[in-house]
Amino acid sequence: MHKLLLLITAMALFTSCGKKEKSENDFSKPETEEPTTSTDPSSYDPKRGEGKFDKVDLAATLDQTMATEGEKVAGVKCTSCHKTTDEKLVGPGWKGVTERRKPEWIMNFITNPDPMIDKDPEVQAQLEICLVRMPNQGLADTEARSILEYMRKNDGVK
Amino acid sequence: MLVLVLGSALLTSCKPKDSSDAAIGDAEKAYVAPGKYDEFYNFVSGGFSGQLSVYGLPSGRLFRVIPVFSVDPEKGWGYSEETKPMLNTSHGFVPWDDLHHTEMSQTNGEVDGRWVFGNANNTPRIARIDLKTFKTAEIIELPNSGGNHSSPFITENTEYVVAGTRFSVPADYSDGDVPINTYKQNFKGHISFVKVGKEGEMDLAFQIVTPGVNFDLSHAGKGKSHGWFFFSCYNTEQANTLLEVNASQKDKDFIMAVNWKKAEEYIKAGKGKKQAVKYVHNKWNEKTHSATSETKTEVLVLDAAALKDICYMIPCPKSPHGCDVDPSGEYIVGSGKLAALIPVFSFGKLMGAIKDKKFDGDYGGINVVKYEAALHGEVQKPGLGPLHTEFDGKGNAYTTFFVSSEVVKWDIKSLKVLDRVPTYYSVGHLCIPGGDSKKPFGKYLVAYNKITKDRYLPTGPELAQSAQIFDISGDKMKLILDFPTIGEPHYAQAAPADLIRNNGQLKFYKIGDNNHPFAAKGEKESKVTRQGNQVHVYMTSIRSHFGPDNIEGIKMGDEVYFHVTNLEQDWDVPHGFGIKGANTAELLIMPGETATLKWTPDRVGILPFYCTDFCSALHQEMQGYIRVSPAGSNVPLSFSLGTNLPAATK
Repeated sequence: MHKLLLLITAMALFTSCGKKEKSENDFSKPETEEPTTSTDPSSYDPKRGEGKFDKVDLAATLDQTMATEGEKVAGVKCTSCHKTTDEKLVGPGWKGVTERRKPEWIMNFITNPDPMIDKDPEVQAQLEICLVRMPNQGLADTEARSILEYMRKNDGVK
Repeated sequence: MLVLVLGSALLTSCKPKDSSDAAIGDAEKAYVAPGKYDEFYNFVSGGFSGQLSVYGLPSGRLFRVIPVFSVDPEKGWGYSEETKPMLNTSHGFVPWDDLHHTEMSQTNGEVDGRWVFGNANNTPRIARIDLKTFKTAEIIELPNSGGNHSSPFITENTEYVVAGTRFSVPADYSDGDVPINTYKQNFKGHISFVKVGKEGEMDLAFQIVTPGVNFDLSHAGKGKSHGWFFFSCYNTEQANTLLEVNASQKDKDFIMAVNWKKAEEYIKAGKGKKQAVKYVHNKWNEKTHSATSETKTEVLVLDAAALKDICYMIPCPKSPHGCDVDPSGEYIVGSGKLAALIPVFSFGKLMGAIKDKKFDGDYGGINVVKYEAALHGEVQKPGLGPLHTEFDGKGNAYTTFFVSSEVVKWDIKSLKVLDRVPTYYSVGHLCIPGGDSKKPFGKYLVAYNKITKDRYLPTGPELAQSAQIFDISGDKMKLILDFPTIGEPHYAQAAPADLIRNNGQLKFYKIGDNNHPFAAKGEKESKVTRQGNQVHVYMTSIRSHFGPDNIEGIKMGDEVYFHVTNLEQDWDVPHGFGIKGANTAELLIMPGETATLKWTPDRVGILPFYCTDFCSALHQEMQGYIRVSPAGSNVPLSFSLGTNLPAATK
């Protein structure tokens, strides 16, 4: 127990040091905001993922406008690597993703992929298959949400 | 003569034997641990490479070579369709030049981290490099000039970047078909003042015509001398042959002081004469990822001899090279490269001399100020062959000596020599971070050497030039590191790292803002179209494939344009594009960018293309094929990705 406490304290120290380093190394106007990340793997929630989205509320029915917008954004930033079927291209196919994953997990992963690739056991297993780390495509929050809606449409939500 | 021989014999024997021992104790001062950042960016001219290199100080690590005036097949610079116009001139496409000096933009006389300028010495031009993208953003050509050497120095708020012609030539607006030995009558000097706008955009505001001389270097006044510019000139003998002898006759040449605020007034008052010339102005557009080249046909010229109060000649011994102004703006240091002393002029005294008309006749109609009337004093016996001076902001000046191969530290006010260190060998320019601005950062001094004989492992007849870093934080200069450089480094500038890396560095181009006319924003937009014998391939690249990657229906006689859009939206993920037999180069396409390679197939068959920049674990899979059929073939134009199309047509 004492050891664990020590470890946590040490981790906390590391985290704060890490953050300080980060702010020193910060570029004044980053193109994509990188959410602050915890380096403690035990705090990682595999259901929620890691990022700024805690809870994403979904309506029972589809927002058609948003889904159409999402399809457009995905056409530029996603579908070069992801098929809408269950077939793997560079990354896994999207079919059924909204049933396998919680909406906040999807939102966090597509906006904040790097820390999740480092921590999420299932993503790490996927990396062994695909061998390409999903790039951060610089999605705005609204773009990410519209892509999620498009994924729902793809999974048959009406 | 005997004295000279003896002197040089002494110097030779005084040549430092070895500096390696001296450096060991101080080497850690140049050590930057792996993963740690340097304190300063150092922008170093690439000399006859035509490029600009970026080093870190104090580590001497090379970060980047920015292509400016010379083609760079590695980056597609001058080979991609988009970049070709950047190297256009009034002489057509020019693939090489000689970049001598760099100068960073300033605000209130302090370096501000926005841009760095570079000069083309051969085909006279000035380039502006954007420090958010580390890319050449603009190049302007200078008419009436030959050898743009005294450039690209700037005024304290980057109002102007200047250029002075090294080789006087007959003006472009006069008949140049004259005997060469009519130099005195027909050859003219032109000083260019290029206005710099808020976004950095350059515009040739006016030129000042002077008698024919060689303008060598220059620096702007600052603080109290803001509004003035100082140009060193040699060959006031106006020789046109064997300058080595004929341009070294006089005991004194000049530093020309230019009252550019006065010149501005004359331009406003309509005193500038419109002259017909031809020069180009090339601009890079960040939205279309393309350059345009515009030809201009007019320039306003002020006559220094007719307008008596814009130019004054200050006598300066002997064939002055460097022309450097101290941080206060009061002292102007002329480095007569054949003189055995360094004259230091006082701006205050110069103003007094002009007011009281303490003139010693005129030179081609330009008033010559009496030497003593403008002189603060002379540094006696500083060394041999003084070239350039920088400042540390603590009242000290540091001058390089080419012949005696040393850097000498001296006190600006008392003119006393304080310290001297050897360089290895034959130092030319030097750089202290902010060392020609109002606010030098001191700490380091970098000497740029012309000769490295015996300093490094031999590499055949051609040896590297080098830079040497000295710690100048104490009373004595200490050598802490030396390293070879690209090309031949001339002038360099340096600024605190934070100033640049926190200036809003671009990490990638937003794909949504990509207005390239041939961009394919997403694989859905990828396609191949034909217009006569021109085939346009709208291609995408993302880890780890091209879309499309199978193309058929290309025929002999076609010109194929590969417009490759990198769909990545993350930092540090460029993709490359190379295709067999391309007699151009590769493309390196930054995330979100579109670039175009023209390819003319020279044989029938299947030609592969591939990504040249290792992009992912499946980089070796990032490839494609293009099928070239004979002229007149009926293979239809088709393209595909992942579908093994077209179905066999025969």
